[in-house]
Amino acid sequence: MELNSRIPDGPIEKKWDNHKFDLKLVNPANKRKYKVLVVGSGLAGGAAAASLAELGYEVECFCYQDSPRRAHSIAAQGGINAAKNYHNDGDSVRRLFYDTVKGGDFRAREANVHRLAEVSNNIIDQCVGQGVPFAREYGGLLDNRSFGGAQVSRTFYARGQTGQQLLLGAYQALQRQVGLGTVKMFARHEMHELIVVDGVAKGIVTRDMVTGEIKSHLADAVCLATGGYGNTMYLATYAKGCNGTAIWRAHKKGAAFANPCFTQIHPTCIPVTGDHQSKLTLMSESLRNDGRIWVPKKKEDCGKPASQIPEDDRDYYLERKYPSYGNLAPRDIASRAAKQVCDDGRGIGETGLGVYLDFDAAIKRLGANKIEEKYGNLFEMYERITDENPYKTPMRIFPATHYTMGGLWVDYNLMSTIPGLFVLGEANFSDHGANRLGASALMQGLADGYFVIPYTIGGYLAGIKPGSRIKAEDPAVKAAEQYVSDRVAKLFAINGKETPTHFHRELGKVMWEFCGMGRNEAGLKKALQLIPQIREEFWKNLRIPGSGADVNQSLELAGRVADFLEIGELMCLDALERRESCGGHFREEWQTEEGEALRDDENFCHVAAWEHKGEGQTPVRHVEPLSFENVHLATRSYK
Amino acid sequence: MAKHFNLTLHVWRQKNAKCDGKFVEYPAENISPDMSFLEMLDVVNEGLIRKGEEPIAFDHDCREGICGTCGMVVNGRPHGPKERTTTCQLHMRSFKDGDNITLEPWRAEAFPVLKDLMVDRGAFDRIIAAGGFISAPTGSPQDANALPIPKENADLAMDAAACIGCAACVAACPNASAMLFVSAKISQLALLPQGQPERYLRVRDMIAQMDAEEFGTCTNHGECETACPKGIKMENIARMNRDFIKASLTYRPATIGGGAG
Repeated sequence: MELNSRIPDGPIEKKWDNHKFDLKLVNPANKRKYKVLVVGSGLAGGAAAASLAELGYEVECFCYQDSPRRAHSIAAQGGINAAKNYHNDGDSVRRLFYDTVKGGDFRAREANVHRLAEVSNNIIDQCVGQGVPFAREYGGLLDNRSFGGAQVSRTFYARGQTGQQLLLGAYQALQRQVGLGTVKMFARHEMHELIVVDGVAKGIVTRDMVTGEIKSHLADAVCLATGGYGNTMYLATYAKGCNGTAIWRAHKKGAAFANPCFTQIHPTCIPVTGDHQSKLTLMSESLRNDGRIWVPKKKEDCGKPASQIPEDDRDYYLERKYPSYGNLAPRDIASRAAKQVCDDGRGIGETGLGVYLDFDAAIKRLGANKIEEKYGNLFEMYERITDENPYKTPMRIFPATHYTMGGLWVDYNLMSTIPGLFVLGEANFSDHGANRLGASALMQGLADGYFVIPYTIGGYLAGIKPGSRIKAEDPAVKAAEQYVSDRVAKLFAINGKETPTHFHRELGKVMWEFCGMGRNEAGLKKALQLIPQIREEFWKNLRIPGSGADVNQSLELAGRVADFLEIGELMCLDALERRESCGGHFREEWQTEEGEALRDDENFCHVAAWEHKGEGQTPVRHVEPLSFENVHLATRSYK
Repeated sequence: MAKHFNLTLHVWRQKNAKCDGKFVEYPAENISPDMSFLEMLDVVNEGLIRKGEEPIAFDHDCREGICGTCGMVVNGRPHGPKERTTTCQLHMRSFKDGDNITLEPWRAEAFPVLKDLMVDRGAFDRIIAAGGFISAPTGSPQDANALPIPKENADLAMDAAACIGCAACVAACPNASAMLFVSAKISQLALLPQGQPERYLRVRDMIAQMDAEEFGTCTNHGECETACPKGIKMENIARMNRDFIKASLTYRPATIGGGAG
């Protein structure tokens, strides 16, 4: 397998400009002769589908939700980064680039990250033009706030609902094209297979989640923008429906899967309350602008109410360990620090797995009204879930799985190792390295959808003859459809005793314990024994009532869990083989005396891209070396 | 640990849009007050699957109250008894041991039941496609700070934009009117300078689509505002009506060949 990143030559500031000029164009009259499929309708998919249709391509867009407006990008709370420097505090494209490369612990591609920083400013302009109601100051200009891992205020926000507003902007642009007839939207459709002919992506097979119809859609190019695979962990901040099925099908058809072990564990989520828990809820990182994180200094104080622990007996451990970034230390570092104090027996709450996020000082300094204006909806959400009032008692928080930096390998054009298959947003691997900074996911999703793919897909399509799509009678199409219907039949045929959720929960326990915040060789090896056992049990003892010719949510979940049971194994394998600590990937064997991640740049300054070798075969690990010419490799320090 | 308790559910079961539905009774046992309402249904469904029965179908996704996917009528109230709370954010501490809970889908002509508590809200997407946008093709806008927007307007636009499209307003309305939903989008865009060029075209097109979908008309019951989990206000309906009257009075057909060159 060849991993050609196709990074353009020239100085980093010129690469994207030069590349845009070098890319071939498709004649406007020819654009309508090309059909592009976009799977997923979140920030990346929605933006791509709308923008490609505006250019004149024939677009079909698919989502599993009942409407494209519900993609999980909608749940992002805090904000979106851009290097506007509206506040004159020293921001620039170069600084956003630098912060993102460093924040990713030097495991992302410099050229991709620089492009991301460059287009960040266009995104804000685009969204304001669409009517996204970003927060404003009294003078009518845009407001900003700070986020982790940065010392400038570059985060644009719309109350605590930034993701919602950006997504609705993209959704409205998409619906406009639907109304104009240039995009055909398929809601409640799930992609189950990629059609590949002579090594080139030519279409997909979907299942209509209302009628059960299995159908193929043929095109000149396919874009996957289906988000991350973090639900492999079962408990995560993802929506319940988020899944890895589309990227996993593509992986099995030849797309390399890069850095699968790079998962983000977000430090500020509401702690688990019991076995019934179906998902975890994030409390925006923006809260760390004003909230102070602490645990008791003494273990014996952990059972006491927070108000009875005097100031001197509190350990504001982030402020203590990282004085210059304090509570705004990056996510991987803040999560690990929370784990360390809990491992030390100083965690709070019934389970001992929690730390305080305290607004007392901010309320005294700014007044409860100001805090309400900034975070009111988050405080309300917290109270609804926990029945505790965060204006009076500190929030209890704990880290939870939130994002996957890994994903399908893509080159600079966002094309996977299968020609014609492009991967956008969280579903690809390229921009965040081993740790994503806050407010960068929205930026990347929209960058890929609005400002990268519209250019790079043209370069690909210009090389294909218009009207050369395969026909529905092609044997590859029939085979792909047959594969999907056989798989549905196979799931029903098991007719065992246990529910899909049961197996998902079992997998999640293994993943969280052995491939979560702390990983080590023995644990990962154990996980690699346990996961195949769960998978075997799944294929022997699963039960799905009802039929496939109807709405069947058990069937939908079973198909996704079957894939998680394979993805989880690859995540553990990748974590085992990456014998270093970097960003969110913390191998306990590689840490400094102070418990910080210890990178091994000599042996692991690369992307690991896995090639599927067939059912039951061990996948092969390929390497794309990373070079750092503009941001010099250094130990990350936030002290 | 808080004490667990038992409930009886009366759930609307309907195989698909073509079949008739009926209420079926299910026990919900050993329920923790810390569970969300949907987690309680998960527990009931796990039990049904193990018995080989079809689980209760209901739409849900983010379970954080923001995606707008979930929603059912709980004891006669869309999203249940707690104000400004979606079904997924409702917690079982709002109920007590021995309670009877009746669960129904959103009921409106425009929302056919797909199965059990799941309905088709495609009508909302079609209303947005008819005009609920600003035509700003990718790549064309000016600098984001070029047009200052008074904070008051930006905040009011954000209030309206907070709508999650769950359709509880329609379910709550005795006329099954969608005017709270439609007016929220019209207000948001009408309050912003970027929304002005298409302001009156938008209100006409969206209302025409709303009528075509057979939603009812507003007769000022105010049930929508009470049911809305995001606090969308009826003043949006007033704003929409004002714009609609103005749009209707000043309507002129497009100039034929106006832009030809």
